[in-house]
Amino acid sequence: MSTIDTHASSAQVQPGAGLACIAEWIGTTDHKRLGRMYLGASALTLIGSAVAAVLLGVERVSPTKEWLDVGSLTQLFALERFGFTYLVLLPLLVGAAIAIVPLQVGARALALPRLAAAGFWMWLLGAGLAVFSLANNGGPGGGNGRFVDLFILSTVLVLVGLLASVGAVATTILTTRAPGMNLRRVPYFTWSVLVASLCLLIALPVLTGDLLYLFVAHRYPSLSELASNQAISSWAGFGFTQPTTIILALPVLGFLADTAATASGERLRPRGPIFLCIALGGVAVFGSVLHTSPGLDAGIFHGEVGELIRQLIPFGIVQGLPLLGIFSVFAFSAQHLGSRPKVQTPVTYGLLAAVLLLGGATANLVAHIGDAELGGTTFEEGTWLSIVFAGVLAAMGAVTYWGPKWWGRSLPVKPALGLALLAFLGAQLATVPLLIAGFADQLGGVFPAIEAGNQASAVNFSYSGPMELWNALSAAGLVLVLLAVLAFVALSLRSFLKGDAAGDDPWNGQTLEWATTSPAPANNFAAVHIVKSAEPLLDLKPSTRSDA
Amino acid sequence: MIALPSSPAAAPRRQIFVGTALACAAAVSLFGGMLAMWLRMRDAGIKADGRWVPDGVAVPMVPANIMLLALIPIGVFAQWAVYAAKRDDKQHTAVALALVGVLGLMLINAQAYIYSQMKLPASGGTYHSMFYTLTGVLVAATIAGVVFSAVTAFRYLGGRTTDREVVSAHAMYWYALSVAYALLWFVVYVTK
Repeated sequence: MSTIDTHASSAQVQPGAGLACIAEWIGTTDHKRLGRMYLGASALTLIGSAVAAVLLGVERVSPTKEWLDVGSLTQLFALERFGFTYLVLLPLLVGAAIAIVPLQVGARALALPRLAAAGFWMWLLGAGLAVFSLANNGGPGGGNGRFVDLFILSTVLVLVGLLASVGAVATTILTTRAPGMNLRRVPYFTWSVLVASLCLLIALPVLTGDLLYLFVAHRYPSLSELASNQAISSWAGFGFTQPTTIILALPVLGFLADTAATASGERLRPRGPIFLCIALGGVAVFGSVLHTSPGLDAGIFHGEVGELIRQLIPFGIVQGLPLLGIFSVFAFSAQHLGSRPKVQTPVTYGLLAAVLLLGGATANLVAHIGDAELGGTTFEEGTWLSIVFAGVLAAMGAVTYWGPKWWGRSLPVKPALGLALLAFLGAQLATVPLLIAGFADQLGGVFPAIEAGNQASAVNFSYSGPMELWNALSAAGLVLVLLAVLAFVALSLRSFLKGDAAGDDPWNGQTLEWATTSPAPANNFAAVHIVKSAEPLLDLKPSTRSDA
Repeated sequence: MIALPSSPAAAPRRQIFVGTALACAAAVSLFGGMLAMWLRMRDAGIKADGRWVPDGVAVPMVPANIMLLALIPIGVFAQWAVYAAKRDDKQHTAVALALVGVLGLMLINAQAYIYSQMKLPASGGTYHSMFYTLTGVLVAATIAGVVFSAVTAFRYLGGRTTDREVVSAHAMYWYALSVAYALLWFVVYVTK
């Protein structure tokens, strides 16, 4: 049975229709609009989360001066961590997937569109309530019990909303592909979205279950350890750190591979191994489902070989395989581009995002080696930020690349390229100093102080000597990222309102989304295309190389 | 615009069925995770206090066992609906779906009876809050199943008799719920 909504009203609205236009947007089931709504709302939460990160960054610059109210530090930390993970990283990539995957697979609409729309509104409502509860002393470590409850419940709402949207995207990929497009012929981005979606459908319910336990225990307080504030970070913390965040960022790999193929004008090979490597990234889901992130104990290399092997196996699977997958996709794409270098803005975003993801996955591996003694330091924060910014860069690249299909106008290439470099520089500046400070044992987060029975305060930022430099650099990097994001949002709005009209195939693409008009019409394609290869458009274009 | 070879619109594939399968996978993950945490806390409780179920708390086994047994006819009736729908037997499909719905309501009633018999205050401690959360999520999933049965029946009775996929998806949902309850029954009511 088809659940595709083919009502014309859900797609095109006459300009200037006022309230009717707003109502159309609110009730829309058109995947291009839903995707843009996700992207737009995530851009706002990105700015909010980045502001919180900048404030915290500035706070830790000076060991003596406290700029912020001590009581608000916990909430700012929660806003930064929760915001960047579930209000920015995941919804940005879900939004891009909803907006482009049906076009990539040659579908006329999203499968289960009402479910996806309901997911968006649930996510938005949950996001609003979560921010509201944080502003009222809620959240993990919050002092107002009612708002702590509200925060937990709104987080559940956010997760359920995202799960609904992710389920609709996965169903689209599995059921609405064009004739001839088997799973080996889907575009790389679509494949990475499918892998990430299936992993999320397994991982996020586990987090949801934990939050439900916590909610009931908080709502009906007792002497139970579940009712304490520490329980939130110890039970649900795995959802806000690695390796879970690696799953959220998997579409970065698909975006890189797709844009690398487009930039080179040739087929990116070998498809099978690249698909496998993207799927390897999904192995990180084992860490999420098991609530654990396996590591190697300190001194293990000097102990018994049997114990070393016993620890190496889970460590290698959960931490090593995703890194191997990410590295391999990056290497395949870079090697492909190296054979015929051609600078295109989207692939620049893809490459820079993949560098950040690779750096984050590598740092995550190092962080779990006990002898490195990085537990509880800013190293984890640097790792997490690196992965989050990888997703942010990929989302900016997705808007640059697929913007023409969504609103028919191109983003100016040079400013977009400059912003890619600025955002990457800022991201590196924000994360690398935290990694270095972690090696120098600078404590990370605000929670260690709470667990030690102290009040939350900037004591966790205490350091000596050159540490001040790393913290200042990190804060400067966060400011750069914020500026780059603000400038990119402004550039996108300008393009949306009065940018140059884009052609149907502005990047000389290879996949089906470039076979329709820009912007894509209500039902995406005038005709149902038959696909005979993984790069159907390239089949019709003159060969540029003898081996193409 | 590039002209690719085109074909008539392909017959839509089983979106509801695939979507329900994904939802079932997510639901199994939800219950699996919650049961795992239950076992973890149970283990910690036994190590700390030598017991998990608090003193004075009696778990009524009769309604719990009846709930488990009721899942067998639910599975049979759900499959009967699929069988009848494939043969365009409107009457039998409607009766089977109605029976599934009624038995679903019975499950909810039995769980409510367990709550009333146990008289467990939600704020009593770890066991109390976890018991209500775990069984409460199952009740919510059962309510969703009853709604699913009602929607499927109304669609079918309303004339959409070619939508057999929805009836199959409905059956799959109840099978997944049966597996979840069977695990919960063993962990919460039998193992305690």
